[in-house]
Amino acid sequence: MHADSLGFIFLNTVLANNFVLAMFLGLCPFLGVSGKLNTAIPMGIATSFVMLVSSISAYAVNLALVALDIEFLRLIAYIAIIASAVQLVEMTLKKYSPTLFRSLGIFLPLITTNCAILGLALFQTFKDYDFAQSVTYALGAGTGFTLAIALMAGLREKLSLSRLPSITQGAALSLMLGGLLSLSFMGFAGLGGGH
Amino acid sequence: MSRRIDNHITWDTFSQGLWRDNPVFVMLLGMCPVLAVTNSATNALAMGLATTFVLLASGGLISLIARFIPRQVRIATYIIIIATFVTMVDYVIQAISLDLYNALGAFIQLIVVNCIILGRAEAYASRHRPLNTLVNALGMGLGFTFALLCLGVVRELLGAGSLFGYDLFGPRFQPWVVMVLPAGGFLVLGAWLLLFDWLKERRDLTRC
Amino acid sequence: MSTPMAQPRAPSTAMILVLTGIAMLSGLLVVFTDQFTRPYIEENQRQAIEAAVNKVIPGSVAHKQFLLAGGKLQPVVKGAKGQVIHAGYDRDGKLLGIAAETGAQGYAGMIYLLYGYDPACECIRGIKVLKMAETPGLGDKIMSDPDFQANFKQLDARLNPEHTALIQPIVTVKHGSKQEAWEIDAISGATISSKAVGRALNASAQKLLPQLLPLIPQLEEQGQ
Repeated sequence: MHADSLGFIFLNTVLANNFVLAMFLGLCPFLGVSGKLNTAIPMGIATSFVMLVSSISAYAVNLALVALDIEFLRLIAYIAIIASAVQLVEMTLKKYSPTLFRSLGIFLPLITTNCAILGLALFQTFKDYDFAQSVTYALGAGTGFTLAIALMAGLREKLSLSRLPSITQGAALSLMLGGLLSLSFMGFAGLGGGH
Repeated sequence: MSRRIDNHITWDTFSQGLWRDNPVFVMLLGMCPVLAVTNSATNALAMGLATTFVLLASGGLISLIARFIPRQVRIATYIIIIATFVTMVDYVIQAISLDLYNALGAFIQLIVVNCIILGRAEAYASRHRPLNTLVNALGMGLGFTFALLCLGVVRELLGAGSLFGYDLFGPRFQPWVVMVLPAGGFLVLGAWLLLFDWLKERRDLTRC
Repeated sequence: MSTPMAQPRAPSTAMILVLTGIAMLSGLLVVFTDQFTRPYIEENQRQAIEAAVNKVIPGSVAHKQFLLAGGKLQPVVKGAKGQVIHAGYDRDGKLLGIAAETGAQGYAGMIYLLYGYDPACECIRGIKVLKMAETPGLGDKIMSDPDFQANFKQLDARLNPEHTALIQPIVTVKHGSKQEAWEIDAISGATISSKAVGRALNASAQKLLPQLLPLIPQLEEQGQ
């Protein structure tokens, strides 16, 4: 597969360069909202949606910034876009799924300070992706994030039933689990490299 | 008036972030850069200092103008101020060393979304005088840098056998490659947290 | 905030004023920093390119940049499409080699490298990895391993008589089995990364050299 092809970008971002496990983006929700599977998955989906919206808007805004030659305002512009995208998702959810809105609670506004979103917007700019590639990249990043957080939640649900020494019951255990997940995802590196 | 003004600067103002409420080890904030750029001690130090600068500058400015900012737009204002200082740091690091800039990658710009900075702006800077804020932000920044160094030193020592780029163990050393890989970041931070939790538990036990 | 209810809602004019004021202040700060740091950043980037070109064209002291587009040499301008090439000359203005950038998918991401082509021996004289994310301790040996670097002291890149493609494509072979001048001996334990380097060189040489060859006399003149 060619390195610029859409399928490659998608697989690479979901597995080999997973945003959470290989690039350390979006760790706050990964550690904070991964206690239960039935909040982790909606969180993943909401984040994916914000990613998609902000990726598209960031692509458009970057075109404008480059055309006007004011690239030094990129960071400020991106953060403004992301904050508005989060607002949009919040309003949509509130209108169409009040139950989900309540269960996600305070985590929704926190998506703004999820570095995975800003990271996505910045990386797609650095990599010079065109529109289709950016959208694929966003979809891959969202899927990868959802996958990682769901796996983590599944593991933690099982672990909460087992007897553990008291000092390992906090964040330390989550981090160790993250390390093991990250190790196993390393097995996906080299996808598409060996032809 | 909801704004509580506490004018005393005590040792605690400074040391709060350094140890008792250490942003990384206690509050578990700003994890992305903690894990991502600590594969060498040099990167860890540079990231820590850059974050400290942004904490100081944005905290100082916010506490100066906090009384003029309407409540409804305060978060937006804080984010604009933080993003401004981060952009400045980004350019300055590029001007100082291109190698360092390439090693830190996009994580300099991602300081914007480091929860510590927005968190301190909202919880401390907006309610305290500039001088208190500066002292507190310095403590927080140094505490963050300390945590980054804790990880960076261990990971570089085990993963590459060197410290700040200086080879320590000689050519016979077989590096633990996993330490400089992403998985190593998770494992080392997990190990540090375990250590601190264990120390805390022992202290609590002896006190009883 | 502890007592949000007691606080009167600020009038919207105040909000707009504050936001505009902050935006103007931040714009001013950013523009000022940009103006102040730009010469340093450009100097750093120039030095980085200079050092890389020096490494891949051994012995060169002066460099010139051109844009190769539509079979013609053009001066480099920002935003123009085409392949940037760097010509390296010695003290007397004699053309020593031409450096160009290429890249290929490695183990953990794209590997970007600069290579130097010497028209006198029709071979590649050196490579410099510009950017990569290969596994530390394994794949990143492509930057440092002296045996691997030795592959590129004189790597055969002759064109066929019709000047359309290389006579022998550049290939990476398993560690220890290099026999021909156009083969690259892979690093054991980092075969995928080594192969990516070979692919990157082959792809670029096959495409660039046929375009470059007719322009060599022009490039030689530029040094005088």
